[in-house]
Amino acid sequence: MDHRQSRTPASQRAPARRMTHHHPTDHPDAVLTFDDVVLGYGDFTVLTDVNARINPGQVVALMGGSGSGKTTLLRAATGQIRARQGSVRVFGSDIAGLDEAGLRAVRQRMGVLFQQGALFTDLNVFENVAFPLREHTQVSESQITERVLDKLDAVGLRTAAHLSVAEISGGMARRVALARAIVLEPELVLYDEPFAGLDPISLGITARLIRDLTTRLRCAAVLITHDVQESFAIADHVYMVGQGRMIADGTPEALMASDDAFVRQFLRGEPDGPIAFHYPDSPAFREWLDRHRQAP
Amino acid sequence: MMPFSRAIARLGAITQGSIIGLGAFIRLLGTLLARSGIVFRRPGLVSQQVHFLGNHSLLIIAVSGLFVGFVLGLQGYYTLSRYGSEQALGLLVALSLTRELGPVVTALLFAGRAGTSLTAEIGLMRAGEQIAAMEVMAVDPLRRVLVPRFWGGVIAMPVLAAVFSMVGIIGGWIVGVLMIGVDPGIFWAQMQDGVDVIDDVANGVIKSVVFGITVTLIALYAGWTAKPTPEGVSRATTRTVVLGSLAVLGLDFILTALMFGN
Repeated sequence: MDHRQSRTPASQRAPARRMTHHHPTDHPDAVLTFDDVVLGYGDFTVLTDVNARINPGQVVALMGGSGSGKTTLLRAATGQIRARQGSVRVFGSDIAGLDEAGLRAVRQRMGVLFQQGALFTDLNVFENVAFPLREHTQVSESQITERVLDKLDAVGLRTAAHLSVAEISGGMARRVALARAIVLEPELVLYDEPFAGLDPISLGITARLIRDLTTRLRCAAVLITHDVQESFAIADHVYMVGQGRMIADGTPEALMASDDAFVRQFLRGEPDGPIAFHYPDSPAFREWLDRHRQAP
Repeated sequence: MMPFSRAIARLGAITQGSIIGLGAFIRLLGTLLARSGIVFRRPGLVSQQVHFLGNHSLLIIAVSGLFVGFVLGLQGYYTLSRYGSEQALGLLVALSLTRELGPVVTALLFAGRAGTSLTAEIGLMRAGEQIAAMEVMAVDPLRRVLVPRFWGGVIAMPVLAAVFSMVGIIGGWIVGVLMIGVDPGIFWAQMQDGVDVIDDVANGVIKSVVFGITVTLIALYAGWTAKPTPEGVSRATTRTVVLGSLAVLGLDFILTALMFGN
């Protein structure tokens, strides 16, 4: 099933490549750009040499294994963490240079779907989706009702509007969170693992919804995911993250045809290759093990 | 020497941590006051919290007030009757409740009932990324989540203390007048004559407002700074009860000395 619409034919697209300092699809109005970005927490560097560009109307997938730093990229895009080096630009503004008001203004133009949904547990389903409208707009109650029910209808949960968050399943909660992320019809939507925990039907519908919404609103969508099949079906461009950096990027077709060992191992789920299954050994682990063994 | 120097270092770290914590606590109060405009723009958010914190605490406050009133009636009668002053029972019950027991016991119960629920709610909101989600939605969680809860607690606490005192007086009347047989006219007349609106009632209200600010702020601070884990939230709720209760008792002594010192 291919949900992509009005996209460049595969034959005209560039082949997948190892990441260098380039921007694969330059666009004067890029919504989100990473330029030579280094990200980390405390003393720990998570990602280096991150270069990416997301344009309006594009669905871009950021892929990589668990713990590869995908969510860190999302946190950098929302201004939750600052780049140690390089610049992250959202709607043309360097996010590191924004004051509190500037950051709020930028965030009002983006929607974020959190990995666990992050629904407000003191509000019911309807009020969760209505939350951004109540906080950022002055629209009437009847308009709020109409817009919220419309978005809930899009995720198949119109008739669950009255339920409390405790009464819905994990998969439903993620769909409600998706409705909340798009209710203001933002220019950039960041989806953190949008397909995790969804049943096959919801998964297909969610993928199509992301694609349709991106095309209809001409917004940009960034999918943080490791679901190859669904994300490749809707993405215009894919960036692959691993080994502390961005390893490859290209169109889904180009990456599928890639001979790169990392790309092949990840896409085919092979046990052997450059991606190690085992967590790397460290002096801290050996020190702990010595202490543990010496303990009575 | 090593254990001694380690103990000194530890004492220093604890002192430094306490000072930093106190500074952050006072900064939080300043921030909440500075961002309180939302209380006037969206009063519904505060009334929701008054309902949540106040109405849901009403039963425990009323039942506790009744039993405290019963005990005051019994103990008061026992003591006063030794000096032949049973007719002062109404005054003793009313003064004890309005000046002292009403604000203090209500604040202790409030810390245990409403304070812990506030701390757990805020802590779990952090653990469930709800606070982060709000920030990313360009909504200030301090203004949207903490400010309405703060003012909800500050408003609910004096009302609950008044309910406690009122029910306590009824409890004292039930035991003193209905069960023991103190003259009802003297019971109420002594109370009416001896309780001063400013010196006793107003000072009691001031105490309950101060306790409301203190307990609510401690509960919010504990939740806001809780580690986003089950253990972290559990520790934070315990901290709310312990620090909230100690703060109420300590402040009660200071306020009593200031108000009734002469």
